[in-house]
Amino acid sequence: MTDYKLTYHHYSERSILVQWPQKIDENILDDVLIFKNHIINSEIKSILQVNNAYNSILIIYVYTIDNINDEFLVLKSLYSTRVRLINSTCKLWKIPVCYDDAFGIDLDEISKAKQLSKSEIIKLHSEVIYTVFFIGFLPGFLYLGGLDKRLFFPRKESPRLEVKKGSVAIGNEQTGIYPNFSPAGWNIIGNSPLDFFNAKVNDPCFAQAGDKIQFIPIDINTYYNIKEDIQSEMFSIENKVIDG
Amino acid sequence: MVEVLKNGLYDSIQDLGRFDVQEYGVPFSGAMDLHSAKVANLILDNALSSAVLEITIHGPKLLFHCDTEIALSGADLCPMINSKRVRMNSRIQILKNDVLSFGNRNYGCRAYVAVKGGFQTEFIMNSCSMYYPITMSSQLKKGDLISISEQHSAIEKPFALMKMTKSHFEVTSIEVTKGIEYSNLSEREEEMLFSTEFTVSNDSNRMAYQVKESINNTMESIITSLVLPGTVQLTPSGKLLFLMRDCQTTGGYPRILQVSESSINQLSQKIFGDKFRLKCID
Repeated sequence: MTDYKLTYHHYSERSILVQWPQKIDENILDDVLIFKNHIINSEIKSILQVNNAYNSILIIYVYTIDNINDEFLVLKSLYSTRVRLINSTCKLWKIPVCYDDAFGIDLDEISKAKQLSKSEIIKLHSEVIYTVFFIGFLPGFLYLGGLDKRLFFPRKESPRLEVKKGSVAIGNEQTGIYPNFSPAGWNIIGNSPLDFFNAKVNDPCFAQAGDKIQFIPIDINTYYNIKEDIQSEMFSIENKVIDG
Repeated sequence: MVEVLKNGLYDSIQDLGRFDVQEYGVPFSGAMDLHSAKVANLILDNALSSAVLEITIHGPKLLFHCDTEIALSGADLCPMINSKRVRMNSRIQILKNDVLSFGNRNYGCRAYVAVKGGFQTEFIMNSCSMYYPITMSSQLKKGDLISISEQHSAIEKPFALMKMTKSHFEVTSIEVTKGIEYSNLSEREEEMLFSTEFTVSNDSNRMAYQVKESINNTMESIITSLVLPGTVQLTPSGKLLFLMRDCQTTGGYPRILQVSESSINQLSQKIFGDKFRLKCID
């Protein structure tokens, strides 16, 4: 395992932020998740929750931190003893996406600006396997890494006030799915019929940090069939377990 | 039951919020001024985690369908029972068909109404705090019925009366510590931060407080990272965003400051036009 040079910061009265080098990198994510899980598995009673982003983890404590240096030491020693969990596996989720013009309202613009046909855009977007770095921004919004460089496209200058639930979008070097209707600054290229967030079940999001995602192009009839199946609870998202 | 006869500017049920679901991108939520919300519950001997009603500047009109006891804390928005002024920070007996309404604001921005036993609204992810799409809606509307448990017993004990200090509402200095990207500020930006008198702007809400003044910004965006209520972000145009209870869990603007927990409560009692300065306590 590579030992990264981490920095420890007193973030708020009850939290500490640990930072890795400032870049988006799957190897860093791997280390972030190993350390995060190691802290969680240590079951330290004073720790309320541990959450991660691209290259940082935030540790929130139950009470105000008395001696910050003591807590830094505890974390540093945990980092030096971290181990990859045996049986650590992740899942590859197959996400149906309809890239029909009815949903992909910005496909034309991207196609013209990039000199790529729509089918080339769809191919580039759906043949990659993306990594889930973390969930943030909105409940159920997956931060994905792996977008093909040829699809990088700037955000809209003025965001739309509302886009449909399930909108699949590109913003700068990122791609993502809006889990609910929302204001949006990204360019919409399609829509997924799946529910990405459900507050009332044990696992509110089916995917978690470290998992993989692949977009499967579907036509508009299949889209509505899947929607119906989800309504009648007849649909389960296809996934397979892969080595972590 | 309590019936909303008329809604106020922004009425929502809140408790201490959600603490262990941020990994799903779910905000903390909870009462903006946790201190005042806890006081309202303390007066009634409620658990501190009991759900209270948070009201903002202009209060609603509420009809009680049963006997109970209530307590009001936080901002003084001139609460009245059946059009008669009642005291802040004390136990108030409520009889069936009593109407709670509010008049002109005396001080503060957010008032809290606690009822004996707490408001019983949908409890999702360990909290009643209203936030769409976790709960069905983000705020109450006219006609809503909120469950409470009936309390017949008249108040026998002497009325509990909490003495609240006005300073909680009148402070003009907001305590901050240095944020993660603080060291990237130029000397000039740093100087501006602590010499400027800031004015709360009217686009302040439960997600973030904004101020009219802006400061220079020569910093670049950061790789999206984690944020908390109290985090102060600096936008590319030099605007300061004071993140509040309903803020997103992650963000890409530099985090230049962190507001102390007690100052988050005090800031949430400021209304547009109120002025404050930042004081570094690092």
